[in-house]
Amino acid sequence: MNNTLFSFLVFPGFLFIAVIGLLFMGIDRKLSARFQWRMGPPLWQPFVDFMKLLSKEVVLPKNVNKPMFFLSPLMGLSGVIVASLLLFRAPLNPQGAFIGDLVVFIYLLLLIPLSVILGASSSGNPLSSVGGSREIKMVLSYELPFILAIFTAVLKVGSLRMGDFLLYQSQRGALFLTSPSCVFAFVAAFLVIHAKLALAPFDIPEAETEIMGGTLIEYSGPLLALFYLVRAILYFTLTAFLVFIFWGGITFTGWGAVLSLLKILLVLFLVIVVKNINPRIRIDQAVRFFWTRVFVLSIIGMGLAIIGW
Amino acid sequence: MARKTVIPIGPFHPLQEEPEHFTLTVEGERVVDVDMELGYNHRGIEKLAEAKSWQQITFLVARICGICSTSHPIAYCNAVEDLCKVEIPERAKYIRTIVGELERIHSHLLWLGLAGHFLGYNTVWMWAWKWREPVLDIFEALTGNRNHYDMLLPGGVRRDIDEKNIPWIKKEMDEIKKKLDMITKAVLDDPVILSRLKGVGVLPPEEAKNYGAVGPTVRASGVKIDVRKDDPYAAYDKVDWDVITCENGDLLDKVVVRILETFESIKIMEKCLDALKEVKGEIITPIREFPPGEGIGHHEAPRGETFHYVKSDGGAGPIRHKVRAPTYVNLPTCKVTAPGCQIADAVIILAAIDPCYCCTERVGIVRDKKKEWLTQQDLVKLSWEKTERLRSKYAR
Repeated sequence: MNNTLFSFLVFPGFLFIAVIGLLFMGIDRKLSARFQWRMGPPLWQPFVDFMKLLSKEVVLPKNVNKPMFFLSPLMGLSGVIVASLLLFRAPLNPQGAFIGDLVVFIYLLLLIPLSVILGASSSGNPLSSVGGSREIKMVLSYELPFILAIFTAVLKVGSLRMGDFLLYQSQRGALFLTSPSCVFAFVAAFLVIHAKLALAPFDIPEAETEIMGGTLIEYSGPLLALFYLVRAILYFTLTAFLVFIFWGGITFTGWGAVLSLLKILLVLFLVIVVKNINPRIRIDQAVRFFWTRVFVLSIIGMGLAIIGW
Repeated sequence: MARKTVIPIGPFHPLQEEPEHFTLTVEGERVVDVDMELGYNHRGIEKLAEAKSWQQITFLVARICGICSTSHPIAYCNAVEDLCKVEIPERAKYIRTIVGELERIHSHLLWLGLAGHFLGYNTVWMWAWKWREPVLDIFEALTGNRNHYDMLLPGGVRRDIDEKNIPWIKKEMDEIKKKLDMITKAVLDDPVILSRLKGVGVLPPEEAKNYGAVGPTVRASGVKIDVRKDDPYAAYDKVDWDVITCENGDLLDKVVVRILETFESIKIMEKCLDALKEVKGEIITPIREFPPGEGIGHHEAPRGETFHYVKSDGGAGPIRHKVRAPTYVNLPTCKVTAPGCQIADAVIILAAIDPCYCCTERVGIVRDKKKEWLTQQDLVKLSWEKTERLRSKYAR
């Protein structure tokens, strides 16, 4: 079932990642609510929200650039789906993918902020253009530490193919448990995926109380639902990616599947904890944070990896 | 030079759920100017008051604002008692103080939560509001209502505080003190919060005085103004307490001032509750005569000085009633504090004065769908014209 339509559309393709992603979003909402001493919505609330948004009409703003406005959520969705496919098909057939799919994965992840920026700037709203410019600054600040952190792991494994990470870690144990360099890289990558998910303290481009949801302010109906789905899938893909690269990889068979799910949930839990114990920071503070502290962290990881730790 | 963009905050901005309109002129992320506009929700309270009796107005002014719903009645009753030269019973004074301070505690907790929300720190928001809940329960037990307590009447208070309520109120206050201690440590030791608040939105003391700002806004800048101390009323001169001030006038100090004030309020409350055991007697002096004349009254509301003025011709109600809420004078200080900061900071700076728009609303004139801006000169000119009109009408 490796290359059939089923594997692209259902498992581990679109349907699988979408359902788990929305479920992860539900976990986030429920757990955040419990942190804040609220009851919170039921776990399936994101599904309901998504279905409801699909049935709503699209309200077009006056000064909108229509093609851009319609295409950018599709671009984000296709980016995240293809990236997720690359990631989740690797455990099925570790040697099956082409060499360098890790690089493609990182590139495809960039499509998502790009789509958000395009969508924001095409809507013609001053608040969303502020959000868009903030998103650009965020991308510029977190992308380099992210690539450095990933390439620390690449140095250890010696391959750019994601499947090789699985083989390497199944033979010598999880990367961030066995090598000090990858501990640094893991922390840096964790902070970056937090920013990629746009959660507090890095929810700066959206900043509900400052610029009213910034980048997504003019989106409504099915188009908003698509962005919502992109965000939901990111919850799953990014946390799984972190486990995949640094923590023994993921599998879909036997007890390994349960174990990898537990690891992913633990990373998700950490993300939710960080989200709930921090206020939003300013954009200049975020840029400084990523360019000094996280960058230094990933450079240290890289240096340690080069000297062989 | 970067292009200037105008960012509207309001009238439907989700930040402050009341109708107000700030216009931020920004260059990139930097705010260069701020303008504000009120008058979306004018309710004509002062005009309504002229058609009501002296007692009824107490309940009308309580409904000016849901949060300061005892500050306005206290100020109004002070004004009426000033008009009638009535001394209220001792016990009523203490009860007024207790209600007033309880309101400060709940209002400051509410603001603390909102400040957390504006910073994107929703955990603080929810927790602060959860801790505010016991205060509302106390209100319900003492006055019958969670909000709009309606405890006051000119001449005293309407309900007595039962002796058996005092122990559990004190217990709840101790709980709140513990929680406040915890949140103070958690919030003020957090480097991320400090980086957002310290040195941002500084209001220098001289500017604070120039703008005539009041309440915690100005006390954070180190100006020691507090009506409760400067012109004592109710039981504020009978218990021992301090006016809290800070020095820097930045956002952090505005938080600190409010948290410390909450502790101070709990202190005042506990002393008043103790005093209630000794001070017995009537709780209201019925006022039968409302002589012609003027009366002024003020109260240190959680946000600053609330001022009421009444003018009587000896009838059943005032012929003029004037309300000035603290936000009205605090709001323009944003002109000093907001420019130069970032959009992200502007939001919390605007919120740091703890604005309350329903207290503040004034008439805005809209003619032919165009907003007319009246400057001071215009108003003076209008008034001269009116005088001239009257003179030409009655001169002969």
